[in-house]
Amino acid sequence: MVGREYGRIYAWDEVNPAMVRQWCEVMGVDNPLYTDAAYAATTEFGDIVAPPAMLQAWCLEGLHMNNYPPGSTDENPYEVLSLIEAQGYPAVVAVNSELSFERYLEMGEKLYYTTLIKDLSDEKTTGLGTGFFVTQVMTFYSEQAGADDKVGELLFRVFKFKPAQAAKPAPAAASERPAAKRPLPGISDDTRFFWEGCDAGELRIQQCKACNKLQHPPAPVCQHCHSFDLGYRIAKGSGELYSFVVMHYPEVAPFDHPNPIGLIQLDEGVRLPAGLVGVDRNELKIGQRVRVEFQTFDDQLTLPLFRPVSD
Amino acid sequence: MNESISNKAAIAGLGATEFSKNSGRTELRLAMEATLAALADAGIDPSEVDGFSSYSVDKVPEYEIARLLGCKDVKFFSQIPHGGGAACAPIMHAAMAVATGVAKTVVVYRAMNERSWYRFGNGNYGFGDSPIFENINYGWYMPHGFHTPAAWVGMFAQRYMHTYGATSEDFGRVAVAVRDFAATNPNAFFYQKPITLEDHQASRWICEPLHLLDCCQESDGAVAMVITSAERAKDLKQKPVLIKAASQGIADGQQVMTSYYREDITGLPEMGVVARELYSQSGLGPEDFQTAVIYDHFTPFVLPQLEEFGFAKRGEAKDFIRAGHHARGGKLPINTHGGQLGEAYIHGMNGVAEAVRQVRGSAANQVDDVENVLVTAGTGVPTSGLILSAR
Repeated sequence: MVGREYGRIYAWDEVNPAMVRQWCEVMGVDNPLYTDAAYAATTEFGDIVAPPAMLQAWCLEGLHMNNYPPGSTDENPYEVLSLIEAQGYPAVVAVNSELSFERYLEMGEKLYYTTLIKDLSDEKTTGLGTGFFVTQVMTFYSEQAGADDKVGELLFRVFKFKPAQAAKPAPAAASERPAAKRPLPGISDDTRFFWEGCDAGELRIQQCKACNKLQHPPAPVCQHCHSFDLGYRIAKGSGELYSFVVMHYPEVAPFDHPNPIGLIQLDEGVRLPAGLVGVDRNELKIGQRVRVEFQTFDDQLTLPLFRPVSD
Repeated sequence: MNESISNKAAIAGLGATEFSKNSGRTELRLAMEATLAALADAGIDPSEVDGFSSYSVDKVPEYEIARLLGCKDVKFFSQIPHGGGAACAPIMHAAMAVATGVAKTVVVYRAMNERSWYRFGNGNYGFGDSPIFENINYGWYMPHGFHTPAAWVGMFAQRYMHTYGATSEDFGRVAVAVRDFAATNPNAFFYQKPITLEDHQASRWICEPLHLLDCCQESDGAVAMVITSAERAKDLKQKPVLIKAASQGIADGQQVMTSYYREDITGLPEMGVVARELYSQSGLGPEDFQTAVIYDHFTPFVLPQLEEFGFAKRGEAKDFIRAGHHARGGKLPINTHGGQLGEAYIHGMNGVAEAVRQVRGSAANQVDDVENVLVTAGTGVPTSGLILSAR
């Protein structure tokens, strides 16, 4: 493709004072030669001229992509980039832009340019990645009676490449973060039997060996008779919903939301809070029968959860 | 009548910062602004301060305030545990210090960037798995994702509704009434922003049975007060606000936010402890208050507080509220500053400030002929309460 030349792309408008004035305003150029006709009349030009750096602007398509004036070529001067991209080089970065001028443009001149593929490099590896340098030259002409007049040239070079470290899509990046885990309970000598019970699939409720009363949460001493001689009983695992909430906000990982939580009154008479499973949150009712089941989270935490049962 | 501290001490000065979502300055600066304002309000020279009291979660140490005030002989300082439950307790501690002569001029303060620096409702509190008590205790809740104050309160509220037939609309009527007061209090965050019961019902779930509008704000700000003897307060710049009664309360089966193991969970027995003590110290009863500040971090707990103090019978606070007795023009307008739902969440200390203004006669929503104001502190936790009086 090197050496291929593409047809003309015309300017929408002839060189005109309004666009020159706007360009100067936006770019912060205050040379009166471009905007002040009275001043320009005192110079060798005799009238205002267009800033040379504005050259490329005359032939841009405008607001809508690929919307070129009638008479412009239907060929795509940038097709080489699409072809390279199709080979697996999705990224692009501009590396050179060299603009040169033959002369000042006067008001009323009508411009067009043609495009030449000047060079296509071998595959190169840079800090950005691996790909090809593509060099194009756009030559700008002014339409004249007889031979058109070359007014300037733009050498434009891009690097079309495969990034060294392909950017990963966001969901993949998220999945690489350590997954949030359920917080672990603090466990002490007073409460260890309960958590070991969960690991063993037993719901263990602390029982005083002196007065036989139950208590939960477990403690180092019987709250009824103050004996330190404590053991536990394995609860049957059935009870009723004494109260409940349904957590909505804030949504904290790793919990599901809505997250229904029950305060369970065990048949043995003590209460404990626990997550609810297998419930329709709109059907939850105080007094409904529930039964324990154990679930292990994150390979390290076994919790008693409760599921509604018909009784 | 137990007169050990009743009317021995008075609140002589009151200062506060603005209340916001982001103060843009340090908590220490907020504390200093409020403290200096309170001392100026009282007309007391900062170097005279010889005592301090605040409550937990506040990170501003009293020694730094003392250093910056130029205090030389500080003989009494305390920081009371349990956050908002302690909101009235520094005034009690200050009154005890003054009544016993240990200190003569005590500053109580609350200064936090609670909204911009912390957020109590975020569900992540960094509890560890070491065997200190707090970790063991919250270990019963956190692993299930049962981890916000709104949720802990919701568990009580659901049972209360079930037992007494109170509804979400009843909770909403509390919110609507306090937002009505906030709407006419220029210092309130929700100034000129009243809500309707429909707004309340349409607001999103935070944790069923609590809607968003059942939950108080999170706020930055500071409030400080100066307490001195009732005798001395007579000669200072402001009308003295007498500390007629003050108490803390822990009851049978007490936990912090999770007292779920009591025989009945529809009451607030720790507030019952406070109520009985306040009535005992003051000789007053429910008919003796013209207005009250009832802690409103979450609307459902306003109802059992009204019951614990005898404004309504057990389970009948919903009727009190449906009758509008708690609202503007009612027989016991509560939270005339807009409460923590409407004014700001300064952990209850802004409620004490409102009671001071009501006794002085300088409140934005002033109630007529105020003689005695009841103030309560945080509920669901070990708590406290006050009666402030004109005489």
